[in-house]
Amino acid sequence: MLPKNRLRGVNMTELELMKVANEVRKGIITGVHSAKAGHPGGSLSAADIFTYLYFEEMNIDPANPEKEDRDRFVLSKGHTAPGLYAALAQKGFFPVEDLLGLRHLGCYLQGHPDMKMIPGIDMSSGSLGQGISTAVGMALAAKLRKQDYRVYTLLGDGEIQEGQVWEAAMFAGAHKLDNLVVIVDNNGLQIDGDVAEVCNPYPIDKKFEAFNFYAINLEDGNDMKQIRAAFEEARSVKGTPVAIIAKTLKGKGVSFMEGVADWHGKAPNDEEYKVAMADLERIGEALCQM
Amino acid sequence: MSDVKRIATRESYGNTLKELGAEYDNLVVLDADLAAATKTAIFRKAYPERHINCGIAEANMMGIAAGLAAAGMIPFASSFAMFAAGRAFEQVRNSIGYPHLNVKIGATHAGISVGEDGATHQCNEDIALMRTIPGMVVINPSDDIEAKAAVRAAIEHDGPVYLRFGRLAVPVINDRPDYKFELGKGVLLKDGTDVTLVASGLTVNSAIEAAEMLEKDGIHARVINIHTIKPLDEEIIIQAAKETGKIVTIEEHSIIGGLGSAVCDCLCENYPAKVLKIGINDVFGESGPALELLHAYKLDGEGVYGTVKEWLK
Repeated sequence: MLPKNRLRGVNMTELELMKVANEVRKGIITGVHSAKAGHPGGSLSAADIFTYLYFEEMNIDPANPEKEDRDRFVLSKGHTAPGLYAALAQKGFFPVEDLLGLRHLGCYLQGHPDMKMIPGIDMSSGSLGQGISTAVGMALAAKLRKQDYRVYTLLGDGEIQEGQVWEAAMFAGAHKLDNLVVIVDNNGLQIDGDVAEVCNPYPIDKKFEAFNFYAINLEDGNDMKQIRAAFEEARSVKGTPVAIIAKTLKGKGVSFMEGVADWHGKAPNDEEYKVAMADLERIGEALCQM
Repeated sequence: MSDVKRIATRESYGNTLKELGAEYDNLVVLDADLAAATKTAIFRKAYPERHINCGIAEANMMGIAAGLAAAGMIPFASSFAMFAAGRAFEQVRNSIGYPHLNVKIGATHAGISVGEDGATHQCNEDIALMRTIPGMVVINPSDDIEAKAAVRAAIEHDGPVYLRFGRLAVPVINDRPDYKFELGKGVLLKDGTDVTLVASGLTVNSAIEAAEMLEKDGIHARVINIHTIKPLDEEIIIQAAKETGKIVTIEEHSIIGGLGSAVCDCLCENYPAKVLKIGINDVFGESGPALELLHAYKLDGEGVYGTVKEWLK
């Protein structure tokens, strides 16, 4: 059984978190396969970060998704909703079985996050570059109203090609929003290929530093121990917003999706689905042996 | 007309924000380096801690407004119509409109009456853009009194509102004791049986003047002020079509997608009638003093009178 309804302050071990992350990955494959569409690659690369945020880092309560003092999360790279939904489902915001309804007509699990329909979603998002601005607005609101919640937002490394990201970064730096953590899922691939070839965004850390952020390079954003260290470091930063540049592997956990740009935005067929789930079952079994 | 009081509706916007600041502690005003021009500087002077200058970054400003609203505040995001509705259209649609967040957009310097700055800053497309967004309320007040009432109505309404204000000082025409602003309700200003002039914003005054001139020619024109373009008061439009047959729409906006189109949308489905759309005829504006431009583009009383007279022949 996976632990549910945990609030921040109840530390899970890295092994426990890895097990949850593997269940999140199964949820991603299940949802995208059922939808026959969606974005598995960037959902899988960020699965460990989603897991850490919802099971360890953030002050949230699945029984009370709109509690006022909750930490907020904005999925600026909204197309990786399958990853976020799978984490929310694991956490108990809604039934895991509902992931089968992803992208289906009449189901509340929309193709991109929808705050009006889905419990636990703090902001509708999906048009790249916009989520970070809304997260900045939430962080600003906390400062204006002297509330101490924190705001997290996850961006794609391709997404930072959008100019609005840097408008938002300039504002956050200028206003010293130290309750804001921007995470860049640096899986290195966007729809048209290698981010460095499409339109090179590097160096990412130096860019955020230039916008008066404290930048943390997370060498392996699929390693729970390193993820924990990065978020703990972020929590200790005062006076500036934080950017965590997380080096991840696109498609992580599914053998034939790993490092393949083509799996950015397509669903596995029935055959591929079986292979993917078998991969994840094997990983799960190995984790149980640890 | 020289003794008539003239106030720009952007002044009304700034003044009302200051009043509301005392009543709503969760009201926050955003600007994009135009606080002096949009008149939110009036609010800033009274409540500096609740005035956020986002710098010249309208797209980000709309996103910040969405985030503030999601966290329980009531943001008024202010800029010129060109940038609020034009540049930031997709942010308004996706970050504010889609989640139906309680953001008010205060768009000043709308239409050709911006004047000397010319076509790049004369937004004649904002109403068309904003009325396509589901759930967006679109208000285009005609004078100081109506603009002040509109800002109040906007904050009392739960959901996104687009408020359109002008740069040019315009005559105060609603200074009467029984004036009442009702969101989504048209105002009958003059009864008539031969034709109905439906106007919005600063052209309401032009319609009143034109109706007076038509009256002298024995043409009894009805005048309706549509301050809320969305949701449109369909009842008052349909009734006018039934009772006067012909309809003329007058707006300081493109004839594509604005008040004229909204009225046509309503009538073609409910009571088809002949409609003449007066506005900016699918062209860009140009530099010049505002009053001269309104005259050149036949949007002043004289211009409207001439166009309507010709059409009725």
